Amino acid sequence: MEEMDAISTNSLTLGYGEAKIIEELDLAIPKGEITVFIGSNGCGKSTLLRSLARLLKPQKGSIVLDGNEIAHMPTKKIARNLAILPQSPTAPEGLTVLQLVKQGRYPYQNWLQQWSNEDENAVISALQATGMSELAERKVDSLSGGQRQRAWIAMTLAQDTDIILLDEPTTYLDMTHQIDILDLLYDLNQTEHRTIVMVLHDLNLACRYADHIVAIQDKQIYKQGEPDEIITPELVHAVFGLRCQVTCDPICGTPLCVPFSKGRHLKGVNHGKSLVR
Amino acid sequence: MIKSSWTKWIGLIIGVLLIIVFMWASVILGLTKISTQMVFDSFYQFDGSNEHIIIQDTRIPRALIAGAVGASLAIAGAIMQGLTNNPLASPSVFGVNAGASFLVVVGISFFGITSLGTLKWLAFLGALITVVIVYVLGSLGRDGITPIKLTLAGAAIAALFSSLTQGVLTLNEQALDQVLFWLAGSVQGRELELLTSVFPYFLTGWLCAIIIGRQMNVLSMGDDVAKGLGQRTLLVRIFGAVLVILLAGGAVAVAGPIGFIGIVIPHIARWLVGIDYRWIIPYSGVLGALLLLFADIGARYIIMPSEVPVGVMTAFIGTPFFIYIARRGINE
Repeated sequence: MEEMDAISTNSLTLGYGEAKIIEELDLAIPKGEITVFIGSNGCGKSTLLRSLARLLKPQKGSIVLDGNEIAHMPTKKIARNLAILPQSPTAPEGLTVLQLVKQGRYPYQNWLQQWSNEDENAVISALQATGMSELAERKVDSLSGGQRQRAWIAMTLAQDTDIILLDEPTTYLDMTHQIDILDLLYDLNQTEHRTIVMVLHDLNLACRYADHIVAIQDKQIYKQGEPDEIITPELVHAVFGLRCQVTCDPICGTPLCVPFSKGRHLKGVNHGKSLVR
Repeated sequence: MIKSSWTKWIGLIIGVLLIIVFMWASVILGLTKISTQMVFDSFYQFDGSNEHIIIQDTRIPRALIAGAVGASLAIAGAIMQGLTNNPLASPSVFGVNAGASFLVVVGISFFGITSLGTLKWLAFLGALITVVIVYVLGSLGRDGITPIKLTLAGAAIAALFSSLTQGVLTLNEQALDQVLFWLAGSVQGRELELLTSVFPYFLTGWLCAIIIGRQMNVLSMGDDVAKGLGQRTLLVRIFGAVLVILLAGGAVAVAGPIGFIGIVIPHIARWLVGIDYRWIIPYSGVLGALLLLFADIGARYIIMPSEVPVGVMTAFIGTPFFIYIARRGINE
């Protein structure tokens, strides 16, 4: 069983001082799949993701990567197994796409070995995989939001890791580019079998792309599993505090959450105003 | 901007040659007319004449000190701007110069210390204390270290140490004359011993600064990205801070608090060679040396036969530039 998990946690507790954000959490991220963390704002899903990438030290418990506890692994070795793209990263003004992607090779370099053919190839293939080859000489800050995010993803790809963690990779992107980025990540998962773990805000997109959804609520995992099995109106209400109907996504066949709300053209009188609130 | 790496090398070599030209100019220009021949004679056929003494005891130390101090302040500024992700960071703005000066002034006026060796350590200690205080103040609170908190902490500490220094000087007027010219920042009237005793620290600082250029490139993409790439960011920060203490503390010990070089030069270097710290740092060093040499030569001509403290000259050159950067920073 152990080798089926890319990352796992044992009674992980995260927080700042007395304020606990995640408590006694046991989690196993399946290898080669797309796992998505969902939950309301401030539920700790980003914090959990950051801790998996050792950006935040656990208060208690441990995180295991490929059978090793990450607290005892050299940080560069972790960086060769696991890449993280933080939420809305900022490149220094004037940095080109190529310069950015090259930084992804940092974990493979040391004082003696500065730049190898292997580094060069990893950078070229990362640019190709993200469709950024043409834009390699452009400045990152001159790109559109979607292109910029592609450039950052290219950097994490250059890191050449089995596992990629992404903290809300679609924030601030319009719908076209959200789909564009998620399709790209899906392709990477399908063709290169990379394990992808990400935090997503959009529940319906999460259902489309995730093999495995982890719903986080009240410092714990509320439920986890395949989207088809776990996404129900009860779960959405418990996790997001939102009343909704769950139907079938007409394109992907995955669960589609349609919230109740106010609006000018309410149908379905049978649900009455009591539910509409 | 210079793009290809061989043109950057050529630029660097031209810069180093210019430093030699400027140093030569610094030796022969000034109130006492000196010819190149006299400079050579002063080495090979020293005759104790006024000119020879001036060359050996004043002009040459002054040229070497201006070059070394200018390079050190500029590199310290480049490191600080890189480590803090803050375009306004520099030894003078963040109070490092003020902190180092304060301890030196206390040493001179309260404890009558005149030994160069001791004053040097006081300057290092003052720089260290300032860096620690500014870092701690700037990182208080849950969101950790932010550029704005660091700048505020730095400005406050700079103001604090400057007023404390003034307080010490009013209490002890005897020390005033001794210290005043030094406090305005000057490379004139310093003995060469002062430079030779600090030079090993400068040299270490310069070489290490060039080595950590690559680490600073990674760090400049933000803490999370740098950590994610496997960088031990705290280690890089501490190492960088130690270099700043060596370079800025050493510079203050030799020449007093000279402002503006640390803030202006890294920006000019960035404008010339882009955002790669492996180039910004050596270019900062070369340009810093050139600026201080130039300012020091200029300082001799403004109110001849007297001299303006070189710190005033760099302020003249630097202030308009400082305002330009501050405005650009705010507009973004």
